[in-house]
Amino acid sequence: MPLVLTEEQEMLKESARGFLDEKAPVAALRKLRDANDPDGFSRDLWKEMAEMGWAGILVSEEHGGADFGFVGAGVLAEEMGRTLTASPFLSTSILAATALKKLGTDTQKQANLPNIAAGETLFALAVDEHRKHGPAKIAMAAEKHGNGFKLSGDKTFVADGHVADKIIVAARSAGAAGETKGLTLFLVDAKSKGVSVERTQMVDSRNTARIKFDGVEATGDDVLGEVDGGYMALEGVLNAGRAGLAAEMSGSAQQAFAMTVNYLKERKQFGTEIGTFQALQHRAAHLYSEIELVKSAVLKALQELDANYGMAGPICSLAKAKAGDVAKLASQEAVQMHGGIGMTDEYDIGFYMKRIRVAQEMFGDWSFHADRLAQMRGY
Amino acid sequence: MSDLETFREETRAWLEANCPEEMRDGGAGEDNICWGGKQWKFQSEAQKTWLDRMAAKGWTVPAWPKDYGGGGLSKEEVKVLKDEMRNLKCRSPLESFGIWMLGPALLKYGTHEQKLHFLPPIARGEIRWCQGYSEPNAGSDLASLQCKCEDKGDSWLINGQKIWTSYADKSDWIFVLVRTDPKATKHTGISFILVDMEQKGVSTKPIKLISGNSPFCETFFDDATAPKEHAPGVSAIVGEINRGWDVAKYLLTHEREMISGGAGSVGNAMSSRGLGQVAADEVGREEGGRLADPLLRAKIAQAEVDGWAFLLTLERMKDEAKAGQGTGANSSMLKYYGTEYNKRRFEILMDMGGSDELEWEGERTADGKRARNWLRTKANSIEGGTSEVQLNIIAKRILDLPGA
Repeated sequence: MPLVLTEEQEMLKESARGFLDEKAPVAALRKLRDANDPDGFSRDLWKEMAEMGWAGILVSEEHGGADFGFVGAGVLAEEMGRTLTASPFLSTSILAATALKKLGTDTQKQANLPNIAAGETLFALAVDEHRKHGPAKIAMAAEKHGNGFKLSGDKTFVADGHVADKIIVAARSAGAAGETKGLTLFLVDAKSKGVSVERTQMVDSRNTARIKFDGVEATGDDVLGEVDGGYMALEGVLNAGRAGLAAEMSGSAQQAFAMTVNYLKERKQFGTEIGTFQALQHRAAHLYSEIELVKSAVLKALQELDANYGMAGPICSLAKAKAGDVAKLASQEAVQMHGGIGMTDEYDIGFYMKRIRVAQEMFGDWSFHADRLAQMRGY
Repeated sequence: MSDLETFREETRAWLEANCPEEMRDGGAGEDNICWGGKQWKFQSEAQKTWLDRMAAKGWTVPAWPKDYGGGGLSKEEVKVLKDEMRNLKCRSPLESFGIWMLGPALLKYGTHEQKLHFLPPIARGEIRWCQGYSEPNAGSDLASLQCKCEDKGDSWLINGQKIWTSYADKSDWIFVLVRTDPKATKHTGISFILVDMEQKGVSTKPIKLISGNSPFCETFFDDATAPKEHAPGVSAIVGEINRGWDVAKYLLTHEREMISGGAGSVGNAMSSRGLGQVAADEVGREEGGRLADPLLRAKIAQAEVDGWAFLLTLERMKDEAKAGQGTGANSSMLKYYGTEYNKRRFEILMDMGGSDELEWEGERTADGKRARNWLRTKANSIEGGTSEVQLNIIAKRILDLPGA
């Protein structure tokens, strides 16, 4: 498959850009932050996105979705990365939609996918229990209890955990922390007895949560996928999330870079535009090159998820590692080249630095993914 | 069966019948390349047979028109031919600057007569060309070149010096950038001229490099001449007089693409047996299989992340070009990134090689093969426009920064 967008995907990108520039620019995020909005995103905006088919971008037409595939979802994530749009897109439309589509029974699909596409139910995926990502490290217990399970343990860094109606949670039904065997995924109602959610205000003014599970009861019907065989299933879902985050960071990096290049053309010091200085030109040109590499890795990862879902691990690791690394560079160069104004809260560039810092951490940072690639490649 | 499938069958059959056994070792490295030219000594009878047979089909330059010694094949057919050659592990029958550089420039800027006169001998490997661009005082600032070329009625008189002329001592002809109008502004007084090196006024002197090899020469022009026409209607100057910079720039873009595309086997970086596994073999493994030196391991992992993303970028740029998108200036980005990456790769290769790979002479290292290759890569980011020049081009043509 050629590494370019199809005409249909290009059109989606253009319309997304127009919509987001108008409805959800950085100013919208700033407003949510300043108002200390309890949701941290606009439910009205989410409704509109659902009407345009974004909420169900991965959901099949049979279940009321647009069925645009991962490249389509990535296109939207990238555009939202440009405008730093806060929405439940990643957790509900990429992670939960992928999990249900790939692992759900017909009943589970029927019960959930149409609601995702309609923008009516919000989801969260609860994986990590430690400050650094690592699905194999999961210790949370899923104890056998009658015909079902009792879930006990603490989850952290759960995107949209504070607004989720339903939580997909990974817990250990067998084995010990550090082992890949013995994980099971459960679909739990957020209002279940024993679930307590603490919203965590994060650096990026977006929202995640710490969630405590205290003997939460789950039945066999709540299991998503196979009992004890959840590790690879979870990896697949995480890969989709990693590619989505990589696409988002690609958009954020491109936008931060565009703002910086514009600033270099306008800002005058020593009687001339600072963009005339070679010291800055070369750094900008280097950053341009790095961002081009990110675009290639991200598009390839999204295409691979569509064409070869089960084999997409390495390329998703590449995309996440490279996008995180370069987006950080882009945000750092952006602040430095803007000088003093880049340090002010009033100027938007700081929002990019903050969001990128969070997005590169989620589901594995550079070290996690580079290490994973090295292991896959036998060293 | 589609035409293309028929072509594939015929091509395979022809290659099987005509490619000598000895030429089926999959390319087999730089030492086995056939460069052609009057001084060329074939390494074997098979090498000569293979060249002659391929040249007769026009397949040394399959995409060139048949009239000019090529195969007249479409892009798709060229790809089929390359696929089939790869499947049979056929060596390339001929490589040369004539094929890579002068050919494309003549096809774009030359007259029909020039093409007819100069291209077929390139395709047959009879004439070997070299490139006279850089001068001692015109390196990165190439357009400041001073090599003088005066109009003497029936001929041109050339005086000056070129440097970094690859394999000038082994070449028959040279394409040279000369100053035909000393009064014009820097970029407008330059012409692109074709000169026979077999004359008293042209001499060459190899330059020994830090690798110990001498792939480059100095080339001197002392009252050298070129007739206005090398044959009736065949002008010595390509393109318009004083507009040689256009030709030069076009050629440089080609050169950049070649350097970044080949970029010292970036491809190998992601081959099944990558840098990390070789490093683990050389340096050792921890229990559990990880490379025993964790900092070296991290460096390799970083290089592989970048190398893979770069390969995908080469692929994407090609696909964008096919789809009519993208910008030509991206060849500067590819040249910059690819050559810097290749240098990084060789630094790592030397790191993991340790003292064993520092042996400059002797059988154990095949006379310091890795060390010499490592030193050779240092030229990657200088030749064909330095990294800094590429960054300037990106700043100017892509980012549109002021004063760039």
